[in-house]
Order: sequence, then structure tokens, then C-alpha cells
Amino acid sequence: MRIKYLSLIAAVALVAACETAPKDAGNAAGNGAATQSSIRPGSQEDLVVNVGDRVFFGLDRYDLAPEARATLDRQASWLKQYPNVTVTIEGHADERGTREYNLALGERRANSVKNYLVAGGINGSRVKVISYGKEKPAVLGSNEASWAQNRRGVTVVD
Amino acid sequence: MTKKTRLLLKAAGCAGALLLALGVAAPAPARAEVRIDITKGVVEPLPIAITSFAGAGGREAQVGADISKVVAADLERSGLFRPLDPKGFLQTPDQLRSGEPRYQDWRAVGAQALVAGNTTAMGDGRMKVDFRLWDVAAGQYMQGLSYTATTDSWRRIAHIVADAIYKRLTGEEGYFDTRIVYVAESGPANARKKQLAIMDQDGENHQFLTDGKNLVLTPRFSPATQEITYMSYFNKKPRVYLFNIDSGRQEVLGDFVGMTFAPRFSPDGNKVIMSMAQNGNTDIYALDLRTRRQTQLTDSPGIDTGPSYSPDGQRIVFESDRGGSQQLYIMGADGSGAKRLTFGEGRYGTPVWSPRGDLIAFTRQRGSNFALGVIRPDGTGERILTESFHVEGPTWAPNGRVLSFFRDVPSGDGRGRSAKLYTIDVTGANERRVITPLDGSDPAWSPLIP
Repeated sequence: MRIKYLSLIAAVALVAACETAPKDAGNAAGNGAATQSSIRPGSQEDLVVNVGDRVFFGLDRYDLAPEARATLDRQASWLKQYPNVTVTIEGHADERGTREYNLALGERRANSVKNYLVAGGINGSRVKVISYGKEKPAVLGSNEASWAQNRRGVTVVD
Repeated sequence: MTKKTRLLLKAAGCAGALLLALGVAAPAPARAEVRIDITKGVVEPLPIAITSFAGAGGREAQVGADISKVVAADLERSGLFRPLDPKGFLQTPDQLRSGEPRYQDWRAVGAQALVAGNTTAMGDGRMKVDFRLWDVAAGQYMQGLSYTATTDSWRRIAHIVADAIYKRLTGEEGYFDTRIVYVAESGPANARKKQLAIMDQDGENHQFLTDGKNLVLTPRFSPATQEITYMSYFNKKPRVYLFNIDSGRQEVLGDFVGMTFAPRFSPDGNKVIMSMAQNGNTDIYALDLRTRRQTQLTDSPGIDTGPSYSPDGQRIVFESDRGGSQQLYIMGADGSGAKRLTFGEGRYGTPVWSPRGDLIAFTRQRGSNFALGVIRPDGTGERILTESFHVEGPTWAPNGRVLSFFRDVPSGDGRGRSAKLYTIDVTGANERRVITPLDGSDPAWSPLIP
């Protein structure tokens, strides 16, 4: 579990770059192809590298920006490709909020992601949600850049 | 539950049962008697002479000396007393035990109040501790009390003596014979290990209650002090739990489809009030611990959380973003008639009603600046006690005069963080660290131990 988590963190920079400034398709495909051989299709690693496992939210917001919707469209296609995969959406908040409020906010964000996937044709029974509030930051640091990466919904293969 | 904890609690229970106030009745207060007015913002601490309680014989001599040190430390930490250095005392503890104080000798060292005590072995593992309190300025006796308890429970006796002195000199109930449950934190900031831990209010008798395998948050004491409600991620299902300190037994509370969190006990201990989040909506529920009946109290599309009962159990203060931003509201205990309480700039959360009923403590956030404050239940008198990034989570001492909270600051390299517990007077004065073995957050103060 710990190793898995660390590998997720390592993937953050790549995915974050995708979110803020989407790369052109050729480049993204190239990256995927380079590591394709070692990645098991339908795995968490596959999701992280070839689809994008997370979306980001504005301060105290839980609506999905266009980049986030694009990521979730890819996730929905990917989930259709692997119909046996079930996932848990982890909702997270940045540290600038009280603990209990952030638990509720994380739950809202996780449900925004779930609802979008379900609207995109994924059976709701394949998608669980859990909120970690501000308990599990992806990025350390008390600055806007860190906070932006911590306000997130992460799709995790069960 | 460790064996050590059980022994400790047994001893503590024993002390409670065996407490014997011999009732040296305090005379009616004289007009000129020494008294601390604690309603003032800044008070000059009262100089008090606390002589050694050391009795005759081996262990009782040591225990007695330790008791007087704990009494002095309690009173000093309150910020209202300045215990004087015993090195300067002119009259010996033995002379005080056998006779009256020589008031001029105590005035000469600057004392305004004087405490003497004694510790006597009973021969059966118990001891008798008695103390007397004098008003040096007026030259008169104020109070004397005697307690019998197991020698092992000497710390509790010391706190009870300190509470008696505090009460006699301030007119307010003390808060030293209490405990604090909190979340002990260790490890890197992105993979924090969090354990429930409990300790005396001065940080002593520290015990871990959980092993840190599951993420735990926001413990709260029951009024009976032997039960804690908290949130755990056991089996990756975040739910509110009940923890019995005596038996070590834990049980999930209620049968809720969604995440439950933010639990608090009702003042009578018969209910736990909490939030449940489902499909992106968070409402407040009450669970009756006897009937196990769940009652939904709020039904707004927003986030309703952080509920806290008034001490009479008639009203509930909570936080909600139903009006657009996170603010405090008060409603009836049945969920009726919610009215907004805070209208200040910023966001307001974590309301906690004072055991006295007169104030509600909160965390306020403006941008990335956090503050702890208090406000009257009618919405007036808002006051900030301390401000910084990042303070959160106030909890009241049972007398409603002191709060505990945590402050979380980025560590030197900016990569980690460090959370510490503090206490502060309701006036905003006398902020003190509470020393814990690991980092700490989410403190919850117990009622006075029965």
C-alpha cells in the first residue's frame, strides 16, 4: 500500500502538468508508449500514466473545470474498456480549512467525480467514494501551488 | 487497553470513592479577604507560599514533597498564581503543622496566601493528605480539607488540592483534576500516523489508546469521562465510534450509509450528535445511545457539521455553508428554528459551547489566516483569543475559563509540519504549551473526574 502510494506521488507532477496545460496528444501517447511494456492494462499504473488518475478543484469548490471533465471522459472510456475494474474516488482538500468541514468538502468532491463518471455511462456500483479531508496531502508545502494540487479527486483501482 | 492503564484507572477510581472531606468548614468570607478577580483581562498573579506536604517516613515523605510541587505547578500554569520559592521561607513545614503561621514571616517573603499540608501513611497502601490555607494579608485561616486515597493516586490528590485552593481564592470551580484526550501525530506530513492518546491536563500519566494502524480524528469525552467518541477509518469506512476507556471496547455508532464524523456527546451523555455525508450532502443527526434511534436534525443542501449542545441540552450550535460561506448557526435540539450566529468577515467553524453556557468558542478563517475566538450565544461580544496559521479545534476546561487547542506550523524546511497542544485563558492571556511525547492535535478536555 505504501509503495503504491509513493508511486502515485511520483506520478503527480506529470498529471498535474496535464491538468494545467494539456499536452498535445502525440506527446502524451509517446510517453505512454515508452513505458507501455511494463504496465499491466487496467491497472492503477495504467490509469495514472495513460489516462490521468486525478482532477483538481478550485478553492472551496467542487464543480468540475473543463480540464477535469476531459480527464474524467478519458477515465470513463477506460473504465468501459475494463468492465471488471471497480474504483474508489478519494476526495481531498487543502490544509486551509477546518478538519471537519474539509471532510465534508472532500466527500462533495469525490461525489462530483463519481456523478460525472456515472453520467458518462459507468455503473454507480463500480464507483465508491471516500473523503480524506485534509488528512492526506499529495504535495507538502503551504503555498498556492501545493494547495492547488491537494484539492483533488483521485480515482483509485480497488 | 494496556495493563498499566487499567491499574492506573483502578487507582483513580479508588481515590474517587475514598475521598473523604473531613469538613473543616470554611468560615464566612471576611470582607477584606484575599481574592483573585478572574474576570479581568490581565491579572497580577497572586503570590502564594506552598510549603512541603512531606510527612514522616520514607515513601510518604517523597510523595508529600511531590504533591506540593504538583499543586504549585497547577496553580502556576493557571496564570493566576505565583508560587514563591520555598528556599526563602522563614517558618518550617513542621512549625506550621504544629501551630499557627507567623503571619509577619510570610508577609516578609511577599506571600498573600499560604498553604501547608501533610501526608500520613495509613499502613494499608492508602495515605491521608490534609492541607490548610491561610490568608496572609488578613492574617486569618481560610480552609482546611483532608483526603484519603491510595498512595499510587497521589497525583490526583494533588490536583484535587489545587482545585480546592483555586476555588477558595477565585470563587470559580477548578479544572486541574481533569484529563485531555487528543490525537498523537508522528511521521511525514503526507502519511501521518495518528493515535488516540490520553493524559492528565498537565501532560502526566500519558497513555496511547490506539496503535495508529487506522487513521483516527476528533475525539470527544463523554460527561461520565470513561467514554470517548471519535472518528476512525477502520476498514476504510470512515465512521464515528465509541471507545470505553475502562474496558478498551470500541463500537461503531449507528447504522449510517455514508461517512459519519464530527461527533459530540450531549451534556447528559445519552446522545451522540454527528454529521453524515452522503451523495455530496452533509447533515446533522442525533443518535440516542440507549434506544439506538437515529434522528435527522438538519436537511439543507449544504454542509452542516461541527454540532455542539448548549449545557442545558436545549440548543445546538453548528457550522453550515447554507448561506454561501461557512458560518455558525444555532438551532433547537430538535433541529428547529436555525438562526445564523456569525456575520463577521471570514469563515467560522468548529463551534464549541462553553460548559458555563455564556460563550461559544470557534475557529475563524480569513484567507490562510486562522484565529480562535469566542462569541456570546446572542451573537454579541465576538473576541479573538489567538491568531496564526494554523490554529484550530478549541475545547473548554470544565469551568469555562480555560481552553485548549492545537497549533500546526510548517517545520523549518517547509516539507513537514509540527502540531502542538496549547492552553489559553478565555481572556486571551496566559497561553501555554502542553508537553506531549509526540505531536498533538484535536484536544478534548474532560469534565472534572467524578
